[in-house]
Amino acid sequence: MTQTVDVQAAANAFLARTEEHLVSYLEACVHCGMCADACHFHEASGDPRHTPAYKLFPMAKAYRSQKFPYNLLAPKITEKDLKEWEELLFDTCTMCGRCTTVCPMGIDIASIVGQARQAFVAAGLGPDDLMQAAQNSKDHGSALNVTPERFSDRLEWLEDENEIPIPVDKEKADILLTISSIETMKYPDSIVAMAKILNHAGVSWTTSTKGYEATNFGYLAGRGDIAKIMVNRIVEAAEACGAKTVVIPECGHAYGVLRWGAANMIGRALPFEVLHISEFMAKLKREGKLKLTPVKESITYHDPCQISRRGGATEEARYLLDGFAEDFREMTPTGNLNWCCGGGGGVQAIGRTADLRHKVFKIKIDQVEKTGASTLVSSCSNCRLTMDESKEALHWGGGLGSLVELVADHLIEDEAPVEAAE
Amino acid sequence: MTLLDFARGIGMEIALSIFALGVLWRLFSLLLLPWSKERSVKRADAPSSLVAGTQGFFRHMWPAQTSASMFVTINGYVFHIGLAIVVFGFAQHILFIKGLFGLTWPGIPSTFINIVAVITLASLVAALVRRISNPVTRLLSGFNDYFSWTVTALPVLTGLLAVGHYIEPYETILALHILSVELLLIWFPFGKLMHAFLVFLTRSETGIFYSRRGVDI
Ligand code: SF4
Ligand code: SF4
Repeated sequence: MTQTVDVQAAANAFLARTEEHLVSYLEACVHCGMCADACHFHEASGDPRHTPAYKLFPMAKAYRSQKFPYNLLAPKITEKDLKEWEELLFDTCTMCGRCTTVCPMGIDIASIVGQARQAFVAAGLGPDDLMQAAQNSKDHGSALNVTPERFSDRLEWLEDENEIPIPVDKEKADILLTISSIETMKYPDSIVAMAKILNHAGVSWTTSTKGYEATNFGYLAGRGDIAKIMVNRIVEAAEACGAKTVVIPECGHAYGVLRWGAANMIGRALPFEVLHISEFMAKLKREGKLKLTPVKESITYHDPCQISRRGGATEEARYLLDGFAEDFREMTPTGNLNWCCGGGGGVQAIGRTADLRHKVFKIKIDQVEKTGASTLVSSCSNCRLTMDESKEALHWGGGLGSLVELVADHLIEDEAPVEAAE
Repeated sequence: MTLLDFARGIGMEIALSIFALGVLWRLFSLLLLPWSKERSVKRADAPSSLVAGTQGFFRHMWPAQTSASMFVTINGYVFHIGLAIVVFGFAQHILFIKGLFGLTWPGIPSTFINIVAVITLASLVAALVRRISNPVTRLLSGFNDYFSWTVTALPVLTGLLAVGHYIEPYETILALHILSVELLLIWFPFGKLMHAFLVFLTRSETGIFYSRRGVDI
């Protein structure tokens, strides 16, 4: 690697973010190692370096090396440290929050990792492909280069193919639907499914070429500047059409960033409510607006970390599946304690992590096989992509599906009060 | 002035002062850092920060998932509770604390205290053995961890030696016992032992963080 590493910039960038809770977290760790067993990367690799607490070492070092009286003795952070930890902070942390659930000190490692990545990027580090995904988001509108033109072309094509209205840039709408480029490029059926459900509900909705990309690679890549640009695009799009609700598609981190992080990034409360598509569907069900035929096949549900453990929408998927999926089987552990897919936090976009991700997927295979369910359903296209890739690499025969597609496939269309297309 | 006089008198005063000022300094230098301002809209049914913080504190008393770390959890409780019983239950300690601060409370029979002290020491040794033998904790541990362990174990060891009159003259081992406590007090604010205070911050802040999101972990 011929990167120049600006060690001081990393230290400065991290220290600029030393808010009270981050430093308390760093200082309180008693090095008990309990978090190791909770982290899927450590579980899969057995490598002690994958212990969550260990991933924070350079930040603790950066803090101590400028804090009296530790600075008198504490070693300074070095280029070697940063290079070693680049891999640990980017490749081996999905910011899933699972380690927090076992930590006797209640340290939230994922919070620090998010901040630490920004420091590493300031130093000129970070995996090339992840950095490129963030740059693409800024320059072209999305990580996978889905430009506004490509986006509207694609939706138009889906609209024609499926004979279903998918509004783009409607002047006024109550709901703005955002989409993940993973769906646009790899799982377009999810887009069609969301459109079907929104039309079925008879709500006024649109997508927007001003702000369509839900997945915020700026955040995942430690590019705070790009993260903010991505959030602002959605905010402006929602304000332009007067949307009171922004619906996040099946993407965990998109939800985490917009629902819980965005207001802090732009320094003001969001002018709309943010709902993940699973929350939106549960809401429709509660309001009696979702008429479904039951699912007969046996299914189990993978909790995307940012929707469940770090998002708080754990029960919404269950509520939706209750009575709908006739043979629903919970895996163990499940809900807030479910294992991560191994591809969140941008890890999916880092090519060199593939082998490690496949190892992590074995944990999921084991969980699913114990339920005996024929299909594993998730509500995150990033989880789905991660699992699809590993499924292929490991030649696993189990079925993988999406919650929103499952619902859309079982809609009773006749009774639907479909809104007239424009 | 004998070593014992020094340990009981000026030595203890210095150690307690460093302890108190050090703890205050550590806490204030943390609390005076900028606090993140949370602008996201919390869940409608999220409890107040006070309730969420308290819940967070209690929730992390036990890991949410039982795993290989059960030994660490149980052993951790054994030496923490053991230390509390020995420090605050032993009649001589209560007398000493009364001399310093004027506070007093009933003691626990010394036979029981002796048993607890032996268990505590054994538990501390087990924690150290685990720290060294487990690849994860071995990788995580450094001077701070080992020194913090040492200054915690030494008073228990010297206390047991003093009570059992294993070393003569008694005054010398008693002085060493008191000096070991002073070493602990002086090290406390600057090393890992400070977790005894920080735990209130970290657990409750995590409790607030997750509960406003509607997450029960
Ligand atoms: S479980 Fe918590 S206190 Fe223990 S090593 Fe991990 S982060 Fe540190
Ligand atoms: S947040 Fe998740 S991936 Fe990151 S260290 Fe913790 S358990 Fe591992």
